[in-house]
Amino acid sequence: MGAEMTEATGGIDFEDEEASGVVKKFMFVNRKAPYGTIYALEALEVVLISAAFDQDVSLAFLDDGVYQIIKGQHTKAIDVKNFSPTYRALEGYDIEKLYVEKESLDQRGLTEDDLLVDVQVMSSAEMAKMMSEQDIVISF
Amino acid sequence: MPTIEVGGKNYETDEEGYLINLGEWNEEVGAYLAIEEKVEMTPSHWEVVNFLREYYNDYQIAPAIRVLTKAIGKKLGAEKGNSKYLYELFPYGPAKQACKIAGLPKPTGCI
Repeated sequence: MGAEMTEATGGIDFEDEEASGVVKKFMFVNRKAPYGTIYALEALEVVLISAAFDQDVSLAFLDDGVYQIIKGQHTKAIDVKNFSPTYRALEGYDIEKLYVEKESLDQRGLTEDDLLVDVQVMSSAEMAKMMSEQDIVISF
Repeated sequence: MPTIEVGGKNYETDEEGYLINLGEWNEEVGAYLAIEEKVEMTPSHWEVVNFLREYYNDYQIAPAIRVLTKAIGKKLGAEKGNSKYLYELFPYGPAKQACKIAGLPKPTGCI
């Protein structure tokens, strides 16, 4: 079991891999509630994987996407994993640019204090500008 | 689904031998998985395994190797926070082998 396979694929170390040189600005845009669809979890996985490639990665939370990073999520009753603690791991992955649209918070009666990670709250207009400065915007 | 038998109890694993229910993990299961990985466990090995379990408990993911080395360096000292140290303990890939022994899923971003 396993031994041969792990031997063949083991030993890959991102730390030792040279970046290919080009660093692009990636923004992952989260617009959906954390549960009920797979989008939020998939986005988070893509973001974590992208961290291995030394790119300039940021996350934006808009609309119901702001609920992804809200404190005090309890998922027992819907029998799915509460993956919200993983957003707190992003810092360790050197992903520190988290942007939240102010209008989306306001419409839901939320403030920055309701969020479980440090974010930069910005207006819709500022968010639009931020998006226009990206090389790649991927929406979930 | 494959199972392993430890101390008279069956535990489900995936195709690659990772434990399905990490809540079922105990040191005995860890020791069994280590034997399957041909890793001879020392206190240094357990230190990393326990670190991983704590990390998982806090963040609900198994860390990528780069993140693991950095976090270990912070918590256990710079002389341990490097891939050389971790590869000496877990020659076939620290994230992979240590995670498996710790009963965690395979790390995200581990290719």
